Amino acid sequence: MGQITLQDVQKSFGPVHIIKGADLDIADGSFVVFVGPSGCGKTTLLRLIAGLEDVSGGKILIDGKNVVDTPPAKRGLSMVFQSYALYPHMSVRGNIGFGLKMAGLARDEINRKVEAAAATLNLSPYLDRKPRELSGGQRQRVAIGRAIVREPKAFLFDEPLSNLDAALRVQMRIEVTRLQKQLGTTAIYVTHDQVEAMTMADKIVVLNGGKIEQYGSPLELYERPANLFVAGFIGSPKMNFVTGELALQRGAATIGVRPEHLKIERDGGSGWPGTIAVAEHLGSDTFLYVDAGSLGMLTARYIGELSLHAGDRVSLVPDPARIHRFDESGNALRG
Amino acid sequence: MATRQTQFLARSLLTPAVGLLFVWMIVPLALTIYFSTLHYSLLDPGSEAFVGLENFRYFLTDPAFLASLQNTLVLVGSVLALTILLGIPLALLMDQPVIGRNFVRLMVIAPFFVMPTVSALVWKNLLMHPVSGLFAWLAKLVGATPIDWFNDVPLFAVILIVAWQWLPFATLILLTALQSLDEEQKEAAEMDGASAVSTFIYITLPHLARPITVVILIETIFLLTVFAEIFVTTGGGPGLQTTNIAFLIYSQALIQFDVGSASAGGLVAVVIANIVAFFLVRIVGRNLEA
Ligand SMILES: Nc1ncnc2c1ncn2[C@@H]1O[C@H](COP(=O)(O)OP(=O)(O)O)[C@@H](O)[C@H]1O
Ligand SMILES: [Mg+2]
Repeated sequence: MGQITLQDVQKSFGPVHIIKGADLDIADGSFVVFVGPSGCGKTTLLRLIAGLEDVSGGKILIDGKNVVDTPPAKRGLSMVFQSYALYPHMSVRGNIGFGLKMAGLARDEINRKVEAAAATLNLSPYLDRKPRELSGGQRQRVAIGRAIVREPKAFLFDEPLSNLDAALRVQMRIEVTRLQKQLGTTAIYVTHDQVEAMTMADKIVVLNGGKIEQYGSPLELYERPANLFVAGFIGSPKMNFVTGELALQRGAATIGVRPEHLKIERDGGSGWPGTIAVAEHLGSDTFLYVDAGSLGMLTARYIGELSLHAGDRVSLVPDPARIHRFDESGNALRG
Repeated sequence: MATRQTQFLARSLLTPAVGLLFVWMIVPLALTIYFSTLHYSLLDPGSEAFVGLENFRYFLTDPAFLASLQNTLVLVGSVLALTILLGIPLALLMDQPVIGRNFVRLMVIAPFFVMPTVSALVWKNLLMHPVSGLFAWLAKLVGATPIDWFNDVPLFAVILIVAWQWLPFATLILLTALQSLDEEQKEAAEMDGASAVSTFIYITLPHLARPITVVILIETIFLLTVFAEIFVTTGGGPGLQTTNIAFLIYSQALIQFDVGSASAGGLVAVVIANIVAFFLVRIVGRNLEA
């Protein structure tokens, strides 16, 4: 079991208020991603749950029990650090088995569990190597092995893939997700990369400036962002925002349209006219950065190849069903 | 230094400095070797004669030699043990965030800047003096008989003084090493359920293996030649109790005025230092490999 609940969790470092009241319900077995810009308090929130920092207020419940005064080791959680934090003088076997050794398990039981974990992570051939003799991806796997071997109630990951190259990151992303589903253990995963969040999460927590902006499934966040921040943060390329006359016509202070919901027509169409400033041709997609005069720069995405180039004039037609409306304070207007 | 010209230029520019250093080293060494084969006593000028290895036989078979060799090893070993065993807890303490930490650090480092002769004088006259020393006063305060340090436990007294001087060095090296220990590693150990003691044994101590090795190697080089502290406090005595190799050579040359024998002793000391270095590198040197 690994059901985690946060109730008005606060954290200040001296006079600086970092976490400004977080309420969250994480269901057992789910994969929850904390996402937000750098410095918004993701790591701090994760460390509060882990017990590496003390809360300044509020409650953290694990399976219904308030753990704010419980030391980290007793919370039954395990953590994968951004720097991996492997013990450099211990072999892979020693690293993975350290927690079990500290728990006082018998040696052959430790060996059995370490070998099982190593087999799951394809680390068996490296059990007697030192961390410095491993590649980045292998070290990452050792760090994960150290987390799973203790059969925790939940895994905590702090940007675990940020030190890997792009190709390996995609591969590990899939492996971590698959492993979590296979074990059925609750996971909280911190990242600043919204693509990682969208692809891995059952549910996403969008953090900004120490506050939870929205909590929901990836598609909920994509289709019904609660406010301007979430709308701009989730989705790549970023959503286009338009203010002024066009927004007022629709009864909003700001309207937003995602690049993929702008239909691109040749000049003279019925949409918003503009001139292409930059055209990116990826083969699978075409991204157009369009200077739309008083509307500012708009981004449009076309699936497939579109032979338009910088300097061409186009007209962008928003999909009326996919226009997001926001009020003055940035909150989404529904209906 | 990629091209042949720059290589030639570099070599020709380096030559004078290297040459001077070479001469600087080789002349005293050659002279020492030369003197060690002579009968050469300052009390008996004009009688210099080639005696082959006679001086070495004399120096090595002198009962004082074995005694001083033993004293040297005891001194080096004890000071190493004391500085490391006390340096680790001191460094751990100084790594804690306490008020006035910088001041404490400065105070701990201070003994290292005191000249050996001065610190030996202070210890001899102000601290360990059997009548007027601080320790004697403390002993009397609790009703005990004061220890006459330099008569009752002379070697131990010298060891204390030398250890006091070298403790800052060990502490400082260990402290810098502690500060380079990754905070996340300690947190990982905490998450793994390691107690403070286990964290020290399994995480901190292995991390300190390399700096401890450095401390041992560097201190040994200097401790083999401790002289001023002995000269100022005990003069090698009582008897031979605090005579180490360095002091024995000094007493041969300048107390007994036997230059030949002192030169032979000097060469023996070089050989001993090399033997010790060889074993040290075998024992602890592998910690230095990456
Ligand atoms: N130990 C600390 N003392 C003071 N301020 C801290 C401490 N840890 C984090 N902070 C501050 O808290 C804010 C959030 O940090 P963090 O949680 O690491 O952000 P994120 O992981 O989202 O990038 C930052 O502004 C950071 O400077
Ligand atoms: Mg962070």
